[in-house]
Amino acid sequence: MKKAGLETIVGIFVLIGILCLTYLSIKLGKMELFGGDYYTVTADFDSVSGLKSGASVEIAGVEVGRVERIILDPKGNDQAKVYMRIRSGVKLSNDVIAAVHTSGIIGDKFIQLNPGGSDKIIANGGQIRDTESSVDLEELVSKYIHGKVD
Amino acid sequence: MLFIAEKLGSLTLSLLREMGRMVNFLFYALFLIVRSPGKPVHILKQIRFIGAKSFFVIFLTASFTGMVLGLQGYYTLAKFGSEGLLGSVVALSLIRELGPVLSALMVTGRAGSAISAEIGIMRITEQIDALETMALEPYKYLVSPKVLAAIISLPLLCSIFDVVGIYGGYLVGVKLLGVNPGAYFHEMEKSVEWKDVYSGIVKSVSFGIIIAWVCCYKGYFAGHGAEGVSRATTAAVVMTSVMVLIWDYFLTSVLL
Repeated sequence: MKKAGLETIVGIFVLIGILCLTYLSIKLGKMELFGGDYYTVTADFDSVSGLKSGASVEIAGVEVGRVERIILDPKGNDQAKVYMRIRSGVKLSNDVIAAVHTSGIIGDKFIQLNPGGSDKIIANGGQIRDTESSVDLEELVSKYIHGKVD
Repeated sequence: MLFIAEKLGSLTLSLLREMGRMVNFLFYALFLIVRSPGKPVHILKQIRFIGAKSFFVIFLTASFTGMVLGLQGYYTLAKFGSEGLLGSVVALSLIRELGPVLSALMVTGRAGSAISAEIGIMRITEQIDALETMALEPYKYLVSPKVLAAIISLPLLCSIFDVVGIYGGYLVGVKLLGVNPGAYFHEMEKSVEWKDVYSGIVKSVSFGIIIAWVCCYKGYFAGHGAEGVSRATTAAVVMTSVMVLIWDYFLTSVLL
């Protein structure tokens, strides 16, 4: 009886602890145990200034994936190559436009996808061709001051 | 003049000797865990003592820490008009820093002092000598199960602390001060990364080792009589708390 009590108490304690740990690592830490329901697409941007890996990818304001990593394009054309993980339920047509946006004035950068009308769908590992770089607020202001806004 | 040099020399030597003994003690205890961890029932008893019985004190401190973080964070963030970030503030400070450190300090006060006193009393009543006389390894019965139990218990207590604290912050921030609940959890999920959770866990594992190590060591080499035990217990608690805080700084700078 006494030994069973010991084991039960320790069991309950460990169970609660592991539940909390799982909550932290999967829900908050975004650790993926089953990585099957995503596919990866890439996109080349002239500038992704301020975008970080882990930023969200949105269509019409709804999150459909995340930025996986950002590297300098190995082809050497001074562009940034962004790898995105998109949920597999979301189909992207091959004329979709990827744009770097900011939420709020000082908010985080995220990627906004504007769907096109084509019937062809981008497969796993495919590339988004049309991109818009992040808007540099300082550059915009200086253009305005020097009167070069088109 | 020579007298000062002599004093300094003997102080340095005794300090070095003490440090060497402590490191030896730790590595021998860790080696024994790998070689023969002992009966599971010993380890279970220690987990019950270090982990399960600390649950309520951890729960209490965690909920109030989370609540005060919610209050303070709200007050500060409201100055910038970004109350929505309250979730990130509460979760990041809990997961990265406060969870591991505060749970370690609470366990030190509750279980560490008891460990040190228990082993110290066994030392002064010559029970440890009796074990040695019977050719039984005292480390195997007294030290290793405690170290292993602390390594298992501390990360669990730390994650309980984090989750309870986050909901404490939720209670104050959302229910009392009217932050948008969606914003609270969404901002939190957006800003917390796996790296943050991981560094918190690494910290609490190392704090577990420090607690069991220093408290067992101080008790094991307690002085004579009741006074020796009381001195060993005080030294154990003070030294563990200081070491946890110092080690926390260095670990943070490495893991950041």
